[in-house]
Amino acid sequence: MQHSKTQDTLVGLFVACGIAALFYMALQISNLGSYTGNDSYTIIARFQNSGGLKVKSPVSLAGVRIGQVASISLDKESHESVVEMRIESKYDNLPIDSGASIYTAGLLGEQYISIDPGSSEEFLKDKSKLDITSSAIVLEEMIGKFMLNKAEGK
Amino acid sequence: MLEFLENLGKTTRSSFAKLGRGTFFLAHTLTGIGDVLPRPNLLLKQMYSVGVLSFLIITISGLFVGMVLGLQGFNILSDFGAEESLGVMVAASLVRELGPVVSALLFAGRAGSALTAEIGLMKATEQLSGMEMMAVDPIKRIISPRFLAGFISMPLLASLFSAIGVMGGYLVGVGMLGVDDGAFWSQMQANIDFQEDIINGVIKSVVFGFVVSWIALFEGYDAIPTSEGVSRATTRTVVNSAFSILGLDFILTALMFGDI
Repeated sequence: MQHSKTQDTLVGLFVACGIAALFYMALQISNLGSYTGNDSYTIIARFQNSGGLKVKSPVSLAGVRIGQVASISLDKESHESVVEMRIESKYDNLPIDSGASIYTAGLLGEQYISIDPGSSEEFLKDKSKLDITSSAIVLEEMIGKFMLNKAEGK
Repeated sequence: MLEFLENLGKTTRSSFAKLGRGTFFLAHTLTGIGDVLPRPNLLLKQMYSVGVLSFLIITISGLFVGMVLGLQGFNILSDFGAEESLGVMVAASLVRELGPVVSALLFAGRAGSALTAEIGLMKATEQLSGMEMMAVDPIKRIISPRFLAGFISMPLLASLFSAIGVMGGYLVGVGMLGVDDGAFWSQMQANIDFQEDIINGVIKSVVFGFVVSWIALFEGYDAIPTSEGVSRATTRTVVNSAFSILGLDFILTALMFGDI
């Protein structure tokens, strides 16, 4: 069997490029680079309306992403939306009286949870509940209210 | 009428016979892979002709497909003021669909046709029978290394295609059209899921690599050993590969992304 060294090198280069492309996709294109994994803790918040929030929507504090939404379910008793958030464990000093609000990124962008830090000395732990929450703003509702106010004003 | 029925019966029988031969051929090829692994030189040579020689066409096509996606996507998205989503659009369409499918089609045209012609000519010039005379199993010696090479090369080529396509989209979107650099990447990373998108794309390309290599090698092995037979077999390889790639792509997409 005849084979040249250049052929070996080229095949090696080809395989290396292919694997590098895979890694590039994993780290640069997908969310694997910012994957939180097991190094996280869960906090729970109840909203009257969680709007267009989805699993994996970002959770941010002061505009910095600190975690993501883990699950959204309905409480059958109170008809509230129960949102579990996974927060990266390096952010373990969130005050226990922090609040959570659902905002929209841009006018038509995706919805995310913003944490408003409180002033307590105690910190949120795994499975802690956030008490102060404000629901998602539904655009139609707002427009409806605005129109109503306009109509009443004149 | 009777003639028509007879023809229909004949076609059915011959296509079933071909399917059966193809399955036996595949089983034989797969058992031969065990004999390839102790002799990596065989595999290496085929990796060169199947993978390395397809490298250029895949990378250049990937770059242009990415650049076109960047341009077209920008035109549409800017109507809605959502240019920042360009990165997601380019990456999702490349990783999920265009990467595996277009690179498999190019692979069938570039490497598959060459494999069929090579094997068909070996058959026509009675090299395969010659090997059998010397008690060398031609399937293990000739077919299995080529099959394995195609099977390994295809996912690598598809990954390269997608990665380079995203860079092409970046060049056009951020470099030429002025989309924000940070938004391009961060929206992409927030919306492309590793398991859902990238792994599924790789699974697709693995399936396509398997099917294209199988079709190409079988058509060559099954060719009528004349120059006309080999040319017909080469055509069939490209046509059948394209059909199988696109059909399988629909089935795989329905299984992976559709709620069926």
